[in-house]
Amino acid sequence: MLGEGLLKGLAETARNFVGSFVSKERLTTVQYPEQRIAPIEATRDFPFLVYDGGDWQAGMRCVACQICEKECPPKCIYIVKSTDKKPDYVGKPQFYPARFDIDISVCMSCQICVEVCPFEAIKMDTEFELSTTDRFGGLLFDRERLAKSDEYYHRIHPTEATAVDARLAEGKAKAEIKTTTAAIASAVKGAEIPARPAGDGD
Amino acid sequence: MTLGAFIQEKNKPEGWNRPLAMKPDGDGELLEVAMGPHHPSTHGVFRMDVSLDGERVIRLKPVFGYLHRNHEKLAEGMSYLGSMPFTDRLDYICSLTNNWAYALAVEELTGQAVPERAEYLRVILGELTRIVNHASSIGFLIQEMGASGTPLMYAFKARENVLDLFEALTGARMMCNYMRFGGCRVDASPAWLEDTRKVVAGLPQFVDEFERLLTGNEILMARCQGIGILKPELAVNAGVTGPMLRASGVNYDIRKVDGYGIYNRFPFRVPLGEHWDVYDRFMIRLLEIRESIKILEQALKEIPTGTVMDSKAKIRGFRPKPGEAYGRIEAPKGELGFYLISDGGPNPYRYRVRPPSLINLTILEDMSLGQNVADVVLIFGSVDIVLGEVDR
Amino acid sequence: MMTVEGIKMMIDAALPGSGVEIVPNPSPSGQHSLRLDPRHAVAVAKFLRDDEELALDFLSNATGVDWPDKEVTEKVKVTRPVTKTLEGVEQTTEEIVEETRKRVEPGCLEAVYHLYSVAKKHGPVVIRMKTVNRTDQVELPSLTSIWRSAEFQEREIFDLFGIVFKGHPDLRRLLMWDGFKDHPMRRDYIDPDDFEYEPTAHDEVLARAAAHRAAEANQEGGSAGK
Repeated sequence: MLGEGLLKGLAETARNFVGSFVSKERLTTVQYPEQRIAPIEATRDFPFLVYDGGDWQAGMRCVACQICEKECPPKCIYIVKSTDKKPDYVGKPQFYPARFDIDISVCMSCQICVEVCPFEAIKMDTEFELSTTDRFGGLLFDRERLAKSDEYYHRIHPTEATAVDARLAEGKAKAEIKTTTAAIASAVKGAEIPARPAGDGD
Repeated sequence: MTLGAFIQEKNKPEGWNRPLAMKPDGDGELLEVAMGPHHPSTHGVFRMDVSLDGERVIRLKPVFGYLHRNHEKLAEGMSYLGSMPFTDRLDYICSLTNNWAYALAVEELTGQAVPERAEYLRVILGELTRIVNHASSIGFLIQEMGASGTPLMYAFKARENVLDLFEALTGARMMCNYMRFGGCRVDASPAWLEDTRKVVAGLPQFVDEFERLLTGNEILMARCQGIGILKPELAVNAGVTGPMLRASGVNYDIRKVDGYGIYNRFPFRVPLGEHWDVYDRFMIRLLEIRESIKILEQALKEIPTGTVMDSKAKIRGFRPKPGEAYGRIEAPKGELGFYLISDGGPNPYRYRVRPPSLINLTILEDMSLGQNVADVVLIFGSVDIVLGEVDR
Repeated sequence: MMTVEGIKMMIDAALPGSGVEIVPNPSPSGQHSLRLDPRHAVAVAKFLRDDEELALDFLSNATGVDWPDKEVTEKVKVTRPVTKTLEGVEQTTEEIVEETRKRVEPGCLEAVYHLYSVAKKHGPVVIRMKTVNRTDQVELPSLTSIWRSAEFQEREIFDLFGIVFKGHPDLRRLLMWDGFKDHPMRRDYIDPDDFEYEPTAHDEVLARAAAHRAAEANQEGGSAGK
């Protein structure tokens, strides 16, 4: 009969219409901003700098190597290296960033800065409610605004953060083994030196 | 007659692959209409300068370049890895297949091998992208017919589940930036594979519902059948690829012809059209969704364990030796190819994207001449373009 | 699928004197190309498309490449008259002296085509054509009459590189607007800074904008003729 296809389609639509009131999986509307959906763990929005411990300046992992600045595709990172050094998480003195600006109006959340950072210092945040009335200054994040603690990182990306912690602990253990073997070697050398002139006579 | 002979018919008259010169019947002036760039149905900022005799199209010249972002020149100043997020933004609905095409071209250039688990992940994500793209494309086509977005929202309902999968794996819903030269960026957890299996299990029901809603619909059939006919020899000569080419009856699917990646392990059929019109293109896309579901089910069953990134692959300091390569894949819209010339430095010397949407538009005029102007919108919708790819 | 050498032999057999050369490709992709002489390019392209065995009926990709002028410094041995004082007597003798000379190797623009076969399902076959130089002799024959897919792609090459294709049915700009000058994809293209833009927190853009606005204000002040 003419119109049969149309009626079948309309029946489909009617079924969905009625079902949207009774079926549980169809009631997907969330009254944002009063209600929120839990974000998916791997989601990425804009970068932030991780710091260990309580003091964001002393514990910041970033050593201002400027690799993220070079690799960033839209060139939204601006770093100024410091002139003095501070100890990092294994105790070695490293530079730190005197200025670290990210222009989030340019950043496209591609996450290449995170991928190339050798020090696990920059990671992706999940915050997206960043609208502001200040057009230029409000979207230019400086060092202090970007610094967030390691506990925060564990809260937003638990699996990733535990993997990063494991890698850092491994790195610290390797560095400690290196320093202890170097200390033993130099102690042995110090003990050997008086013996050498006797050997020279042979 | 075999297909080869059919396409290669000798003694073709001079100018056979040019559009017909239409003459208006009767007197009176031709009406020049600029359809676009502000137009709800032009899939982006796109303009068609149409000369009409009453309702009939006498001339149609497409004009684009409104979304030109000089992607090719930017890539000459950026490292190879730095261009990967920009490839996401070419065909912005199917970002993962764009990534795959670029990674494939660079792997051709350097001879890089890809581990097996990465290949399976690429196939899974590529086929999910294909399903999302075909469903959305059908939805947009029906919306242009006047269905006010209902089929589109059905397609988007299925798309939301897939986008959640993409976000859980790559971190972003649309601009995924996931494939790398030598594999994929991060591994998929067993929990993610379980979620994917659940989503794929719900897809056949979605396609059935979509078909019940649309395929027998008399309005759809009356508007789409017999419109926008594209002959196979003109399609091949004009460089048309993808579902458009197969709807014109030409059996050419790059997944079967080139066999890139591990597609040789997946038996799937290639649907072909018999009437070469808009309705065939719509049906081909529906049938291809079903074939993709088959591939997905098999890939999810067979995915092996292992790494997803070749251990010898470099992320920084990547300098391929001088040479050039052209790598192409069957993207949902057609043949997406990347042509790279390397001069040994960290940046490519020449970086070219072969956009399927742009080349599929070559015969837009041929298909529309003589039709009513209302059908031009449908014909254009059946070409399935995305302006990000046309203009780069 | 034949190798490039085999295809060259076939072309030479069918169209002798057509000047086809092989351009080797050092990368692992193994996609060597054939350079065509622009005078015989259309005939060779027709042969490639209509031949029974090759059946390259599908033009997949057509693009342009810019090879800019190169400055080459080389050491050349020349005979020059040299004045020397030998045993208190000034003499002029001819001697061989080494000099450094600089010359400019002219660049060119190149069009590269990737061909496949839908009937035989093989490919790619890469063909290339070079223009004579980058400035005034930038013409190449259009292959649109052989493969329709070259229509838009050659328009794009004309728009972005400046190669003029003779025999193209409708050669005008594709991506840039019609009144645009210059060809953006060339290596020596300088982008204009007089476009309408929104300044951002990027200092560089702000500085350039300020300089440009100052220049404009000076011009306007001068022309207003206070």
